[in-house]
Amino acid sequence: MMKSIKAIICSIALFAMFAGTAAQAKTEIQWWHAFGGRLGELLDEQVNKFNASQNKYTVVHTRKGNYSETLNAGIAAFRAGQHPNILMVFEVGTASLMAAKGAYVPMYQLMKDAGQRFNPNGFVSAVSGYYTTTDGKMLSMPYNSSTPVLWVNKDLMKKAGLDPEMDLSTWKRVGNALDAAKAKGIDMPFCTCWHSWVHLENFSAYHNIPFASKANGFAGLDTELSFNSPVHIKHIQTLGKWAQEGKFKYMGRRNEAGKNFRAGECMLMTESSAGYAGIKKEAKFEFGIRHLPYYGGTNAPQNTIIGGSSLWALSGKSKEENKATAAFLAFLSTTDIQAKWHQDTGYLGVTTAAAKKTKSAGFYKANPGTDLAGVQMMRNKVTENSKGLRLGSFDQIRGIIDEEMEGVYNGSKTAQVALDSAVRRGNVLLRRFERANK
Amino acid sequence: MDKRVFFKGWWLPALLVAPQLLISFVFFFYPSGQAIWNSLFLPDPFGLKTEFVGLDNFRFLLSDPYYLASFKTTIIFSTAVSVSSMALGLYLAALADRLIKGAGVYQTLLIWPYAIAPAIAGVLWLFMFNGNIGLASYYLKGLGYEWNHTLKGDQAMFLVILASSWGRISYNFLFFLAGLQAIPKSIIEAAAIDGASFWKRFGTIVIPLLSPITFFLLVVNIVYAFFDTFGVIHTITSGGPEQSTTILVYKVFSDGFVSQDLGSSAAQSVILLVLVGILTVIQFKYIERKVHY
Repeated sequence: MMKSIKAIICSIALFAMFAGTAAQAKTEIQWWHAFGGRLGELLDEQVNKFNASQNKYTVVHTRKGNYSETLNAGIAAFRAGQHPNILMVFEVGTASLMAAKGAYVPMYQLMKDAGQRFNPNGFVSAVSGYYTTTDGKMLSMPYNSSTPVLWVNKDLMKKAGLDPEMDLSTWKRVGNALDAAKAKGIDMPFCTCWHSWVHLENFSAYHNIPFASKANGFAGLDTELSFNSPVHIKHIQTLGKWAQEGKFKYMGRRNEAGKNFRAGECMLMTESSAGYAGIKKEAKFEFGIRHLPYYGGTNAPQNTIIGGSSLWALSGKSKEENKATAAFLAFLSTTDIQAKWHQDTGYLGVTTAAAKKTKSAGFYKANPGTDLAGVQMMRNKVTENSKGLRLGSFDQIRGIIDEEMEGVYNGSKTAQVALDSAVRRGNVLLRRFERANK
Repeated sequence: MDKRVFFKGWWLPALLVAPQLLISFVFFFYPSGQAIWNSLFLPDPFGLKTEFVGLDNFRFLLSDPYYLASFKTTIIFSTAVSVSSMALGLYLAALADRLIKGAGVYQTLLIWPYAIAPAIAGVLWLFMFNGNIGLASYYLKGLGYEWNHTLKGDQAMFLVILASSWGRISYNFLFFLAGLQAIPKSIIEAAAIDGASFWKRFGTIVIPLLSPITFFLLVVNIVYAFFDTFGVIHTITSGGPEQSTTILVYKVFSDGFVSQDLGSSAAQSVILLVLVGILTVIQFKYIERKVHY
């Protein structure tokens, strides 16, 4: 009896030793991200592909909640020295990361140190510009990028007595369509996701008006918000009026309204082009994709800006692990991976090669409307106002904007009062951020 | 008749209080000290650099109208939660106390909601009042009442109060029932013989005799409403719309952990610490005097 126990213990110990050495031979790195559901499956597939493609490195990925939660988990872990090698940070957190010099290894540096072949010019500039310093150094690696578009439920359009192919290029025309829908008793003519992102941030770029001074924050931390111009106010007031008249239903700050659209309740919805994966899978009606509407008599349409995330290599990791990180990120930027991601999700093809490959494979022809987001982002030469945003504490400022817009939708504030207040409160936070990151 | 025990020497008493002191130090003095220390600094989120700013964090907070509004929100919320859950708890306890048959079943069923964690309770209520799929919001719509707590502050407030009070009613019920059963039947019967009606007996005998329990529950419920309702608020409204359900504790969390402004968050903790201190003093100095043990 004793003998057999001894034998078991010995074999366990031996096994543990071998297992230990086997694990040591491979370098393991951690990736924290924010994707669940269908996107999570696709991400898992990418990681498995990489792990199977070579035998030196293993990538382990963990979902840490939504975008904000992932960023916060990463920051808290960094303070405790328990951070992952790669952190997914949504575009809103970019300025916070950029300002935290020493918390990350800049992408160009990481690739150079690892001797990894990497071409930052392979990325679409409208995307990579977001994550690149003014002197052209790429700091993080674009992962998923999308831009807002108008989603149309064609069946409901018909029910409202409208031509489903009618011109919806301006907000005025959209307004007419909503009037008709309301008159025909459609319960939810219009809904939207990501209020600030679509109706103020992208709205500003699309109309070529500044969201904030200092080139939307690209040119310095001493930037001030300016999204309370007459054009902004006109748009938010219009949304408020629609909400009061029951043509626009507010469902929540993030992408809650997507559920209503997919369920066939909402006729027109403004949402990220990446809503595609879910809508294609769930919608039991004919849907269409249109460009984001604009106002006539303005500078529109300029181009829209991105939302989504990039991957940051956090600092304080061994050289070997950084090499693994570099290899994995370079793998993610390969054309096959990017093209598949673009076609599966509706996110933009962030490398020119991926967009080309998708086009030549006939994907856009087979799936009309899927190329619109890319066109909309790159339709004009980018200006100071349409390059993107780089504002500190921006997650918090978005919260303020959402709050104030809720005041407009429920009729307790005019757009003027709400936007003035959002600008004032946001500026306080920008000054605080400037002070903390001097 | 004072009872006094004297210990010779100092090491035995020191040894005996040491565990308590250690626990207080680790879980109270150390974190409070850290909060006070951090409230004087403005760090960047990653903890790479920090700047001493004196009382600037407090100045920043007290000039923020939304922070001041959250005091009012907290008062409305905690009063509503404490009063409604205690009143209903007492009502149900009084009914259950009079039961002759099946008292055990009723009592057990009434205690069940207490076993549900606040976050889960929040999700349950959220499901019922969800604008898309909620049964309650569906029926309300049928009655011609538009329910959308993501947009209407008073509805959101009502919902978080409802969800927070619900589990609490069980807790209060349990204590009130125990209190009612501890009241000697002979006193009540004597009053009944003297011709006192039910309400007369309830007002002049039961309520005064319940006062120690009521006081205890008041303290516990206010502490609950202040600190433990976080899960409910986080799951149902995340403090919105327009911060109409952002109570002080929720703001500490959202500024510190969502917005990564640790200086402001620490300053809020300090303010909260002082506030709870004052509240405790008031409760024990003024309200406890009215309690008959």
